[in-house]
Order: sequence, then structure tokens, then C-alpha cells
Amino acid sequence: MSAEPGGGAVTLPAPSGGTLSRRRPSNNRRAAASGSPRTRRIALRTVALGYLALLLLAPVLMIFYRTFEHGLAPVWNAITAPNAMHAFWLSLEIVAIAVPLNTAFGIGMAILLERGRFRGKGALGLLIDLPFAISPVVVGLSLVLVYGLPGWFGKWFAEQGIHVIFSVPGMVLATAVVSLPFVVRETMPVLREMGTDAEQAAETLGASGWQTFWRVTLPGIRWGVVYGVVLTTARALGEFGAVSIVSGRIEGQTQTLPLYVQDRFENFDSTGAYTAAVVLALLALGTLLAMNLLTRRAAGRSAG
Amino acid sequence: MLGRGLLGIYLTALVLLPIAALIAKSSSGGLGHFWKEVTNPEAVAAIKLTLIASAIVVAINAVFGTLVAWVLVRDQFRGKAIVNAVIDLPFALPTIVAGVVLLALYGKGSPLGINVAFTRASVGLALLFVTLPFVVRSVQPVLLEMDTAMEEAAASLGASPRTIIRRVVLPTLAPAIISGVALSFARAVGEFGSLVLITGNLPFKTEAGSVYVFGQIESENLPSAAAVSVVLLAAALIVLTALNLLLYWRSAHVR
Repeated sequence: MSAEPGGGAVTLPAPSGGTLSRRRPSNNRRAAASGSPRTRRIALRTVALGYLALLLLAPVLMIFYRTFEHGLAPVWNAITAPNAMHAFWLSLEIVAIAVPLNTAFGIGMAILLERGRFRGKGALGLLIDLPFAISPVVVGLSLVLVYGLPGWFGKWFAEQGIHVIFSVPGMVLATAVVSLPFVVRETMPVLREMGTDAEQAAETLGASGWQTFWRVTLPGIRWGVVYGVVLTTARALGEFGAVSIVSGRIEGQTQTLPLYVQDRFENFDSTGAYTAAVVLALLALGTLLAMNLLTRRAAGRSAG
Repeated sequence: MLGRGLLGIYLTALVLLPIAALIAKSSSGGLGHFWKEVTNPEAVAAIKLTLIASAIVVAINAVFGTLVAWVLVRDQFRGKAIVNAVIDLPFALPTIVAGVVLLALYGKGSPLGINVAFTRASVGLALLFVTLPFVVRSVQPVLLEMDTAMEEAAASLGASPRTIIRRVVLPTLAPAIISGVALSFARAVGEFGSLVLITGNLPFKTEAGSVYVFGQIESENLPSAAAVSVVLLAAALIVLTALNLLLYWRSAHVR
């Protein structure tokens, strides 16, 4: 039951002829349009690339130049400064705790959302995405209101001698919250695409739930998980706002690398700030490279 | 079952409880108190700046993001793969580094002679930088899937390039552009790290909503911080919900 082409108030001209051809039967006006297709193409390319160059590329190149303009010695001194080293290792420590937690949670939650049947699944999905919609500052504040001294459980934790806020556990919590959705969101589509045939086959052959998970499900979704882990790690390493609030920013104690960048900048130590920023920028470029390799791998697999 | 319990505990500890505590705190003094905190002149200025700057930034994103996606899909040139990879840099780069990076080129002692530091323009610049990938990445796959036959047909029927863009290309891309715009907006409203260094956080001038919240936390005025937080969160959620409804409505009615 196809409609008459050109009939009705359709905004799209139908490919098989219609209103346009009736209005302009034989007059091809393409040549009269402003500029040839080639000039237009180059103009568009110039505008797009120019925009990217001014907004993205030039500033990033500039920071590398600013860092190394006085030679390598000041950079080396800035990297080996005790507080810089401490900030770097603290950042890694937090990542080493928060990322595995989020990975385990992410895989479990992806399986639950993709395979489970229960009411409120849509609401659960929205809840998982919530950290992307919340300002990092608000994340930090919310955690203080639960785990800090003025918060709901702060007194109880203090009585047990556990310091959450202004200490590493709180910083791990903050980092975990802001990077929570990545593994879930990257794993779910892969799970959906994989289907349940292999899992069902394993189960009919007598595999236990865990055996099916480790030998069938996990190998099937591993690249989705890895992609999610790369994104989680990048976000966790770079988190600033939430960690800034829950850390108390104690120099040499609760200062992560991004907090150190701010500290150096505000103390007019531009070499220190630029150097730490370049270290973080290099880690970000490494992330991009990893993302690219993983995407190509996925594209190659689906094509071949 | 044990697994589900653990997932629930983790999600409760990390997201549910904190959000509940935030909402409880914001309304702890009653609605009148909430309103008083939110209508404090400095808070109003900060919220207004955030909303207006975000709106301008997403409008620019809609135009340039679509343009960049178009060039990346339809154009061929050397180094395209690299340009394509670099688009995600703002997602990978820590926000505080984004601020430092922008200051290195557009701050004091700029080699271009442009110094936006501590001006309202710096708010827009920082937000443009951190939200750049959203529209590009949501429009790109749609352009890749899009059949050029329709455009060719329109051209062979005598439609000018402008007409083709307006009546064939843009209607197809619209949902993707809107979705990228909504995500950019939510991100821009909550943005903090990239603004801290470059804007100078001058009250009534360059102090954004999230920075105001930070200041209130620092001065231990938690009810005020919580109230403004709820406003920022609501702005982001309203836009995201509107997007979801729009896309849902479209998928239900258009086909």
C-alpha cells in the first residue's frame, strides 16, 4: 500500500519523482548554485578543521611547548618533586581500587539489565546513567552528606575509627561514582549482540552458572569490557571536582595528580603545573590510542 | 541472588543514598528555606550564567559539531583518521588539564594575543572544549548510515544544494543533533574542573553554578550548596528527560 509519490504535504521529495519535478520540469539549476561542489567541499573542510585546530589541537600542542620550552632539566625536577611523585602514586592507587570495583559491578549490572526480567528495569538503567548527568561537585557534596561528619553515617564511621571523607576511602568512592556507568554501558550492547545460544548450550551440557560465566559469557564480552575499562580508567585518573571536595586537598597526603595541577598553578609554579598536566595529557593520548585500536579490532571482526 | 544483593548494595552506597541525602539536605529547612538559598543574588547570577552559557555553547555545538561530522564522513583528505581519533580528546583529558591547556593558548601571555582569562568568554570557551565530542559523535553514525540516493535524486530533480540540506539532510540528522545537544547541555551545566582556573570564579561575573556550590561547601554552608545542587541537577535531568520523550515520541509516531 504505497502512497502516491508527491501526494500529501510531505516535506521530503520522494525519490521516484514528485512535486519538485513537476514544478521544474527541465531546468537543472545545479550549476547556478553558489560555487562548484569542489569549492564548497574545500570551504567546509577548512571551516571544520580550522575550528578543531583552534579549539583542540593548538591549545594541546601549546602546553607541550610551554612545558619543554626551558629544556628538560626543569621538567625532570618537576616530575621528581616529592609531592608530584606522591600525587602520581596516590592517583594510581585510587584507580587500582576503583576500576576493578566498577568493572565487577559493571559486568554484573550489564548481565542483570540485559538478561534479567524484572519490574523497574528502565528505572534501574536511568539510575546507572545518573552519574553522567550530575556535576562532579554535586557528587562530592552528596558523598559528604552521607559519609562525612555532618552526614548521615559520619559519626558512626568516626566512632569505628574509619575516616571516609578527607581520606583515601572517600576519594575512591568519589572516583567510583563518577566512572560508574562506563563498563555497564559498553558491555550491554556486546551482550545483546552475543545472544544467549552459547550460554544455553553450556547449561544443557551441564555447566554450572559460574562455569558458564567464566568460560562462555566473559570470553564473549571481553572486548566490550576492556573498552569500558579503558574509559573508566581515563575518567578515574582525571577526576577533579568530586575528589577535590572529599579529599580536603592535604598536600603530600590526599592530593591526586589533577589536584596537584591546580595546586601548582595557583602557587604560580607554572612548570610544575604544566609538567603534571602533560603527564595527564600523555595518559589521555594513550587512552585515545587504546580506544582506537579496540574500535578497529571490533570493526575488523564484524567485517571479517 | 547473592550477586544481585551485592550489586544493590554497591549502587545504594554510591548513588542512591548520596542523592537521597542531597535532596534531604536541600529541603531540610522547608521549602521556604530552599527558595531563600536558591534566590540568593549570587546564586541566581551563577545559575543564570551556567544556563545561558550552556545554551549558547550547545547552539554552537549543534552547528560546528554537525559540520565536523559531515566533513569526517563525506569528505576525503589525508590525516582524516587522526582527526577522527582526536575528536574524543576532551573526553579523555582530565578537566583540570583542559583548563590549563586553554590557558596556555588563550590566557595571559597568549602567543595569539588573545586573553580570555577571567572573562565571561572563558566560560564559553571551556564549555565548548569539554562538550565538543557529543554532537559529532551522535551525528557521525547517522551520516554513515544515511543513503545518498535521496540527495542525488533531489539534486537530479533540480533542488539546489541549500534545498537539499534543508529538506533532505537536516530532517534526517535532526534527532541525532538534538540528542548530542541535550547531552552537551547536561554536561555543560555540571562542568567544574575546566572552569576553575580559567574563569577566575568572580562572583556575579564568571562564577558558574557548580563553582558557586563548591564555594558554599568550602564555607561550610551545606544547605545552600545542596539547594543550588538540586537546581543544577534538575536542569540537567529535565533536558535529558525531554530528549528521551522526544526520541520516544518520534520512534512511535514517525514510522
